[in-house]
Amino acid sequence: MAITVPRPKLNWRERLYLPAIVAGLAITFKHFKNMLLGRTKVTMQYPEQKWDSSLPEHYRGAPALVRDEDGRVRCVACQLCEFICPPRAIKIIPDEIPSADRFAKVEKYPEAFDIDMIRCIFCGMCEEVCPEQAIFLRKDYAITGFTRADMVHHKEKLLEIGGVMHGVVLKWNEKK
Amino acid sequence: MDSFFIITSLLKIVGILFLVLSMVSYAVYAERRVSAFIQDRLGPNRVGPAGLFQPIADMFKLLLKEDFTPRAANTFYYWLAPCLAVMPAIITMAVVPFGSTLFGVPMVIADVNVGILFVFAIASLGVYGIVIGGWASNSKYPFLGGIRSSAQMLSYELSLGLAVIPVFLLVGNLRLTSVVRYQIEHGWFIAPFVGDWMNPWKWLLTIPMIISFLVFMIAIFAETNRLPFDLPEAEQELAGGYNTEYSSMKFALYFLGEYAAMITGSAVIVTLFFGGWHFPGIPDGSHGWIFGLINIGVFFAKVAIMIFFFMWVRWTFPRFRYDQLMRLGWLFFFEIALVNIFLVGIILAYAPSS
Repeated sequence: MAITVPRPKLNWRERLYLPAIVAGLAITFKHFKNMLLGRTKVTMQYPEQKWDSSLPEHYRGAPALVRDEDGRVRCVACQLCEFICPPRAIKIIPDEIPSADRFAKVEKYPEAFDIDMIRCIFCGMCEEVCPEQAIFLRKDYAITGFTRADMVHHKEKLLEIGGVMHGVVLKWNEKK
Repeated sequence: MDSFFIITSLLKIVGILFLVLSMVSYAVYAERRVSAFIQDRLGPNRVGPAGLFQPIADMFKLLLKEDFTPRAANTFYYWLAPCLAVMPAIITMAVVPFGSTLFGVPMVIADVNVGILFVFAIASLGVYGIVIGGWASNSKYPFLGGIRSSAQMLSYELSLGLAVIPVFLLVGNLRLTSVVRYQIEHGWFIAPFVGDWMNPWKWLLTIPMIISFLVFMIAIFAETNRLPFDLPEAEQELAGGYNTEYSSMKFALYFLGEYAAMITGSAVIVTLFFGGWHFPGIPDGSHGWIFGLINIGVFFAKVAIMIFFFMWVRWTFPRFRYDQLMRLGWLFFFEIALVNIFLVGIILAYAPSS
């Protein structure tokens, strides 16, 4: 059913429009003046000022691999993150650790670990699924590159972002 | 004598052209900054100190863009139209007195005795740039923009012309320099504080003058396609309007034309209602060249304030609907201007002659 919306009856002062026009001009001028005097602070001058110091603890930035206190890459190349990754950004080539190695008991390590940062959606599922607590989302957000190849983070780059992680589960130390 | 006249005229032409063009580029910058400030943003502030070199960067950007001509366009008119949009706006400055005298040379390029008629004649040519541009593009949106522009010009030219008649009833002369001369003797038309300002008849005359100022200013808004009346280039409705198909420097010329029209429109308003280059207490150029320069400065300061007002209005009000625009033009401003003329006539007839 069609509904007729009643138009409000305007009195002569409203129909003159001039008071409304002046009021509108006053509002915009107030904004202009406050901005001119520097009273309004809305815009952050990005490259000079950054949010970095006030990012929350749970901020999800670029994913990165970590080493433990002994300097071992925590990743054991189980490939769970590779399988869970929704945009399939992660590519892992696992390899066996030679028996002469200090960490031979761990058996596997990622020979190559690539994250395509063009594909990554920063969902943090890799971090959630990791049984070894080897991959973490760090607070880096300005990830740039000139080519597509630049945007693929290889193992070295991931370890560089990740650094050393202290105080996590150390089950491999207890084994054997 | 003759060669002196030619040389000074040429100097004035070059000076005014340079001044108007640089004002145009900085009006674009100012528009962006003012709009940003009104909307609590910052605007361009990176190129140079406070973004002051932004116009130069803009110019280079526009020069380096691809100059594209659509295949279906009528090439000759397509190229002609942007020039037609710029020329009238700049030519209008020729009759506007922008200063008193400098070294005894009157600071007006051509002090013709049909001043305001010349302004109207040339300013209304500006619509051809838009209409031809809209038609020659051979595209739907520019065509609609052109049609709207022509109808809008037609409607508002009328109230524009009628609104200034009260001014010339008082001055008794169409020469723009004598309008300024009259305002120096009797006070600005908007606020006659100079001379015999105790005379109540003069204050009675100020009421129709303010009405005529409002009508004239609104008509100038419509003439220059500024926001409450920017239907020809209504970006949200027409995807840019008459300049949709234009790119590179041809688009820049349209932009230039719009802002030049705004500057000359402001200059005409300042001359007619705000006393031109006159400011109470500042003598004219015959008292020394420094005062001549100050007078020019006063004139352009007034123009700048007027331009700020133009921008302020643009970023405050929404666009009129097309039928509202037509109704406003034909049913209100036309009548108001007409009644206003009679009002001034009656007051002048009964006022004791001064």
